Amino acid sequence: MRPETNPPPVPLLREISTLLAKDFRLEWRQRAALGGLLLYVGSTVFVCFLSFSLRGGQPPAPAWNALFWVILLFAAINAVAKGFMQESPGQRLYYYTLVGPQAIILAKMLYNALLLLGVGLLALFLYTIFLGNPIQDLALFVANLVLGALGFATTLTLVSGIAAKAGGNGATLMAVLGFPVMIPMLLLLIKVSKNALDGLDRGLSQQAIITLLALNVIVVAVSYLLFPFLWRG
Amino acid sequence: MSKAVLGIIISLVSVVVMAGGVWGGQRLIESRGPSVWKWLAVVLIVGSAIAGLLIPVPRLPIVNESVRNLFFHVPMWFGMIMVMFVSIVYSIQYLRHPSARLDILAHEAAKTGILLGVLGVATGSLWARYTWGAWWTPDPRLNAAAVALLIYGAYLVLRGSFSDDQQRARVSAIYNIFAFAAAIPLLFILPRISGNSLHPGQTGNPGFNKYDLDSTMRPVFYAAVIGWILFSFWLTQVSSRLTLLQHQHDDQ
Repeated sequence: MRPETNPPPVPLLREISTLLAKDFRLEWRQRAALGGLLLYVGSTVFVCFLSFSLRGGQPPAPAWNALFWVILLFAAINAVAKGFMQESPGQRLYYYTLVGPQAIILAKMLYNALLLLGVGLLALFLYTIFLGNPIQDLALFVANLVLGALGFATTLTLVSGIAAKAGGNGATLMAVLGFPVMIPMLLLLIKVSKNALDGLDRGLSQQAIITLLALNVIVVAVSYLLFPFLWRG
Repeated sequence: MSKAVLGIIISLVSVVVMAGGVWGGQRLIESRGPSVWKWLAVVLIVGSAIAGLLIPVPRLPIVNESVRNLFFHVPMWFGMIMVMFVSIVYSIQYLRHPSARLDILAHEAAKTGILLGVLGVATGSLWARYTWGAWWTPDPRLNAAAVALLIYGAYLVLRGSFSDDQQRARVSAIYNIFAFAAAIPLLFILPRISGNSLHPGQTGNPGFNKYDLDSTMRPVFYAAVIGWILFSFWLTQVSSRLTLLQHQHDDQ
């Protein structure tokens, strides 16, 4: 009988789907973090509702837009920050022996993107209930929201890995490192979202959307290349 | 069609010039030999400053005499971009072959970039106060400048938060490359595609383009650009030599 040599290489997609399932299962078992995130979104929207109701009803569209993205931005930083930080060094070593670093970063990005998309849709729903819905082009707005969730997830995932390496107060460091990197994306997102609010012609948003997509591709590619170096430590 | 081809050719040439500049900059920063290029930097900067204040300049609407800022403000940005690229190339080299020397070089180049960036913001802001009537406006180029400075500020904060040297070097090199890649659209693409900029060279004020930059301004401007770029390499060389000596002294 022939002795078994190396195990067959596990395809990248299988590794990613396994890691993704693991992340969702962990999230579900530690519901405190997820609950905290949802409560954060709910309470900020409610505070906005209370303060705007003092002046009778709905905020003007620019304020609606600004507050929406500020809430999403901080929710994203809180949500992504715990991704790498909640793992102990022992856990990391264990994953290191099992799967490649590329699978880890891609799975983490995908997981964060799905999480942030959920948070974004929830925020939109709560916003519509409490603060009204001045959006005139809902399809464009939701498409922009999907791009935003994807963009926040891709940029912040590597940043959270970097902040986790630094130790100490990771959340503060993550905000410091993440903001300058996210400003280009935020500028584009807010512009498209304003166009969707005002119901402008979609041709006006086309260039910004293409730039957003290109930016996402760049960030994913650079993260994919750089994460192995970060992981090796 | 021919305009597009010309654009592609110009971009290719500028990429080649950029790569050559970075390569040459690294050789100059690491050189320990005779220093003719430092004298050249002194002559070019002092000469362009004197000539920039004295030569006759074309009367352009809105900017008037303040067009002379072209000899100071723009070369500082050129120097900053150049030294930023040098820093990123050192970071990439560090990830391929880690050594304390490459980390120090990347760090010192980034610090030089911050200094030139602050100078560029200061000269630009002063100019904007007298030309536009405000210290700061929400202009694509100004946003880009602010983000570039924030990135390098964050880089310094990141470096400060490690106690282990090797870990600091590796993680900060990763952030240096990543932040730059994520900011490329803001620094190089958005200012060009968004049409509503007041910045000279854009649709707003007259400034740096082929009609405004006449034959008397051109040589002084190019001299200033080369001078400031050489100066930024010189500064990086001095500060990295100092840090390397401190590093060797600590090891003994």
